[in-house]
Amino acid sequence: MKPFAFERARNVDHALSLAAAAPGARFLAGGTNLLDLMKLEIEQPDTLIDVGRLPLADISETAGGGLRIGALATNSVVASDPRIRSRYPVLARAILSGASVQLRNKASMGGNLMQRTRCSYFMDPAMPCNKRLPGSGCSAMGGLSQATALFGASEFCAAVSASDMSVALAVLDAEVETVRADGSVRRRPVETLHRLPGDAPQVDTDLAPDELILAVELPPPPSGGQVWRKVRARASYIGALASVAVAGDRVALGAVAARPWRARATEAALAGGAAPSEAAEAELASASGEVGRKSLVRRLASDAIQESRKGGRS
Amino acid sequence: MSTVRDWAAPNPITENRSGLIGKPVDRYEGRLKVTGTAPYAFEVETPSTPLYGHIVSATIPRGRIAAIDVSQAASAAGVVLAWSHLDVPVQAQRGAKLNPRSQRGSNPALGSDRVEHYGQSVAFILADTPENARAAESRIRITYEASDADLDFGSFIDSAGPAPGEEDARIGDFEAGYSASEVTVDATWFSPLQNHAQMEPCATTAWWEGDKVVVHTSIQMVKGGQHALAETLGIPSDRVHLLTRYIGGGFGGKGQSYDDLTLAALAARESGRPVRVAYTRRQMFQATIHRPAVQMRVRLGADKTGRLNAMALEAVTHCARNAPFVEHAANFARNLYAAPHRLTGHRLVRLDIPHAGAMRAPGEAPGMLSLECAMDELADRLGMDPIALRIRNEPEVDPDNAKPFSVRQLVRCMQEGAQQFGWDRRNPTPGAVRDGRWYVGMGMATAIRGNFLLPAKAGLRLTGDGLATLTQGMTDIGTGTYTILAQITGETLGLPLDQVRVELGDSNMPPAPGSGGQFGAATAGSAAFETGMVMRRRLAELAAGDPRSPLYGEDPMLMDFANGNIVLGNRSESLAALASRAGPDGVYVEGSISPAADARDWSQHTYGAQFAEVGVDSVTGEVRLRRMFGVFAAGRILNAKLAKSQITGGMIWGVGAALTESNAVDPRYGSFLHQDLGGYLAPVHADIVNLDAVLLDEADDKANPMGIKGVGELGICGSGAAIANAVYNACGVRLRDYPLTPDKVLAALEAKGL
Amino acid sequence: MRTEIRVNGVDHAVDVDTRTSLLDFLREHLDLKGSKKGCDHGQCGACTVLVNGVRINACLSLAVMHDGDHVTTIEGLASGEALHPLQQAFLTEDAFQCGYCTPGQICSAVGLMAEIAAGQPSEATADLNAKVVLTDAEIRERMSGNLCRCSAYPQILAAVRRAAGAAA
Repeated sequence: MKPFAFERARNVDHALSLAAAAPGARFLAGGTNLLDLMKLEIEQPDTLIDVGRLPLADISETAGGGLRIGALATNSVVASDPRIRSRYPVLARAILSGASVQLRNKASMGGNLMQRTRCSYFMDPAMPCNKRLPGSGCSAMGGLSQATALFGASEFCAAVSASDMSVALAVLDAEVETVRADGSVRRRPVETLHRLPGDAPQVDTDLAPDELILAVELPPPPSGGQVWRKVRARASYIGALASVAVAGDRVALGAVAARPWRARATEAALAGGAAPSEAAEAELASASGEVGRKSLVRRLASDAIQESRKGGRS
Repeated sequence: MSTVRDWAAPNPITENRSGLIGKPVDRYEGRLKVTGTAPYAFEVETPSTPLYGHIVSATIPRGRIAAIDVSQAASAAGVVLAWSHLDVPVQAQRGAKLNPRSQRGSNPALGSDRVEHYGQSVAFILADTPENARAAESRIRITYEASDADLDFGSFIDSAGPAPGEEDARIGDFEAGYSASEVTVDATWFSPLQNHAQMEPCATTAWWEGDKVVVHTSIQMVKGGQHALAETLGIPSDRVHLLTRYIGGGFGGKGQSYDDLTLAALAARESGRPVRVAYTRRQMFQATIHRPAVQMRVRLGADKTGRLNAMALEAVTHCARNAPFVEHAANFARNLYAAPHRLTGHRLVRLDIPHAGAMRAPGEAPGMLSLECAMDELADRLGMDPIALRIRNEPEVDPDNAKPFSVRQLVRCMQEGAQQFGWDRRNPTPGAVRDGRWYVGMGMATAIRGNFLLPAKAGLRLTGDGLATLTQGMTDIGTGTYTILAQITGETLGLPLDQVRVELGDSNMPPAPGSGGQFGAATAGSAAFETGMVMRRRLAELAAGDPRSPLYGEDPMLMDFANGNIVLGNRSESLAALASRAGPDGVYVEGSISPAADARDWSQHTYGAQFAEVGVDSVTGEVRLRRMFGVFAAGRILNAKLAKSQITGGMIWGVGAALTESNAVDPRYGSFLHQDLGGYLAPVHADIVNLDAVLLDEADDKANPMGIKGVGELGICGSGAAIANAVYNACGVRLRDYPLTPDKVLAALEAKGL
Repeated sequence: MRTEIRVNGVDHAVDVDTRTSLLDFLREHLDLKGSKKGCDHGQCGACTVLVNGVRINACLSLAVMHDGDHVTTIEGLASGEALHPLQQAFLTEDAFQCGYCTPGQICSAVGLMAEIAAGQPSEATADLNAKVVLTDAEIRERMSGNLCRCSAYPQILAAVRRAAGAAA
């Protein structure tokens, strides 16, 4: 790990001013992903701004009947909250299917959104990887890794997002609220927080360096059943080969793109009265990549939509 | 030299009057382990503040270091020294042996500019803290001159060469027998490269006391490690004091020493300080041995009643270019089923990758993943029950050499297993049982694993406080060695367990071969038993010859040992009293065991039957274990609790082999695809559902005086095949490419139109 | 960097390298070597400790992040000679072999008990809105963040069940 300065942020303004003053700084919340990458020197911040003690961990009702989840609420706290469990079970289940209890106890809402891909070539500093070292090439293309993007990949990067939680947030139309050192507050759908790789795969999100996630807001849950399904080689403690979140008539796919992937074509097909399997197939018209991965996603989405129509799972 | 006849007489172990043998007592060192106070190699107390070493690894698979500059690292904060091959102290050339009796040759680190695999050590940094040692790595500048490397096993299979020293084993005329068979199976299985993934990374703490080096290191073989380091340093082995008291998992991967040992010893000498060096988890993948990939073609020919006429297992495996190793994946089949016409053999592909080597049940573990599924396919083709097919082919004598079996309870394992598992509830039609979206199926397979006895010694001291202390240069890698040696010693001397101490893992102690090949318990245990018997004779003679003893003048041969006393009729004396009279150090004896002269006149194995029930997700192809049960026969069991733990642990390795564990060499870079525990998927707790095993009553009087055999590797044998057969029974899909991951299962389901 | 931290009831005020992980701080600075380094990347669970009663991976945390925190390690569970019920249960059920993952498993199980008592759900929870019950499936899922390569899982399950039964 490269040496770095460590700052304990006293409040949000302090955190933002520290960030504005130190261009090579990174905010540190739970640290479960950032410290992992720093040990491998994939991340090399000059300064860590510890925001872990800031008062951003509350979960509260919004005027519109939704929930506002502070950026520092841990994954475990969010998944255990009775309001999340009863109104947004798809979110609780997505979180609970990720990582381990130990990691979820530490990982924050904001940190989960900021986690980087777990592509094995990204994780080995000796390998070419455009996301890690722009211009070095993409080892995943033509490589052994199966977890490559079906949607939105570019010629420079085919890595997928590792976040289960964000897939559920996308299907719930959640918004991410951020603030910058100049005081500007911004909200955008969680779906657009993450960039597709294009020609700059090293940039994961639309956040500026001095931009801090304050909260995620959930609108009231849509009517209809909610379903979370995650496919993986072992039964726990491993990332998804593919995942799907369904809430009412909305569908989002996970581990298939650099961002949580709202399956708009599927949703449109469902709205037009298509059967679940046809609707799932509709999304794949725009997919690139391996046939087997496409089959998996089609079958998984179709089955999850059917399950949601039977009421979903609490 | 003893013969097995000498072993057949009743002895304190077979009589088991105190009942310590077989007793499910808690682990001897358990309290230290559950309180976190058992010191593993990186953690031992040092005579002064230690320094920390960090190893830098190569990032090409083959070539040479054209230029390397460690000076910037050497001058970094906290760094004490930095070495490349240019500045590392002199070591003996690889393989050199100063002492011809050394079990291992020199194993130099940073020995030259040659790079022979990705992940090989190329530089070393020693610093005041682990943070400073690691951070200095980025200040080392290396330029490689890469050579062409052979990396992709698959592309060299057709050109695989003969394995050194290996002849195909032929009995009868396989080709003729096969072509004359009424029903045949001819299929090829693939089992991938696997990693040991021990929880404790390789680690060493070293310091020098004068011209002698003390090393605490995580290694399964005490003498091998001691000799390798002595040869590397070019010093007599008695100047290397190697200790390995607690080992965080070995599984064959720590059968040898690695660069942590060499560099810690060198750096401690150079710095004059204690030094700790551990491999990173990535280095555990890239710089220790692995189980090679195995491609196995199996051909079975049978008549319509299921009687095997011809059987061939032909394996192709890989090894590192300059480190020949054969995964004997076909050998087990020589002793398993009867068939007049037989062929087994191995071919080898040499690659520019880390060394292939022994991993838990080398040979059987990947090998049984093929034959035991081929038998299932044959049973299916014949319309026979898989157990009935196996019983039909149960041999009366070893089919490889016509030797009698010492004891063979394979059929009983299958029958008892079938009964307890509920095999009769299996629907033989694949795909017939559903549970929601899950296809549900059952499968079985047999298990066979050889039994071995190697020469070993032990020391035993009885002191005036009545304590018996057994010492042995043996290891306990989690297998239970400490515990069973205490039980054997206690039973042999008639001492309660709280009066028995066991000290292991020290090169100054009487040598034992260490832990490996499932020979540990039988070998170390038999030496402990023989040493206990030497102690009995010594104590009896002491009593008989000492006027102060109530047993003075009596015949030592008639004296007995019980409850801490030496007894004859109604007279007795405590062992404590005898030992105190013998002097301040009490009584010390050594004993040894060697294989019997006629041991090889019998075919000697451990056996088992594995049963699995799985669910296959009809939507996604995910396979999940629903329950698993095994019945095993492995000689007299020394500790029912610990033996079962060994067995079920092995079974779970089979679950991993069948469903999740796999690594591969990237043919472009020579690196492993998976270099961490988030990519290489050892089973987690949630994968293991309702798994249990039983061990049959058995005593193998041809094995050793106690009739015991090993259990450490038997559990993995056939375990994965039972799961693959259950997958077939569940959904009708025969997958021969391990592990059976969702992508492969789903593709096969789709190919069937499911 | 100046950091005040209470470990197993003992207060420490130290000046620590910002890069030092909580795990290395415990092992190399406080000589509490019970917490193990299996992977150093949050992928094995051998370093599991309790921070303010909550189980985390000590390897993926910096010591300087724990200013003011109360840390409990495996060394802090027993009361004198009396083992913690989970330590005793692991011993009785033979829930370990090599022992390297064991401190993490036990600390993890201590955390598990508190999470069950607090009604926190897991992926194995059938109904998120019902009271959480400690079934075998719940134990398996909740202990899945702790790899055991010796594969003592059936025995670990039995140990957690035994300790939970004793506590109930």
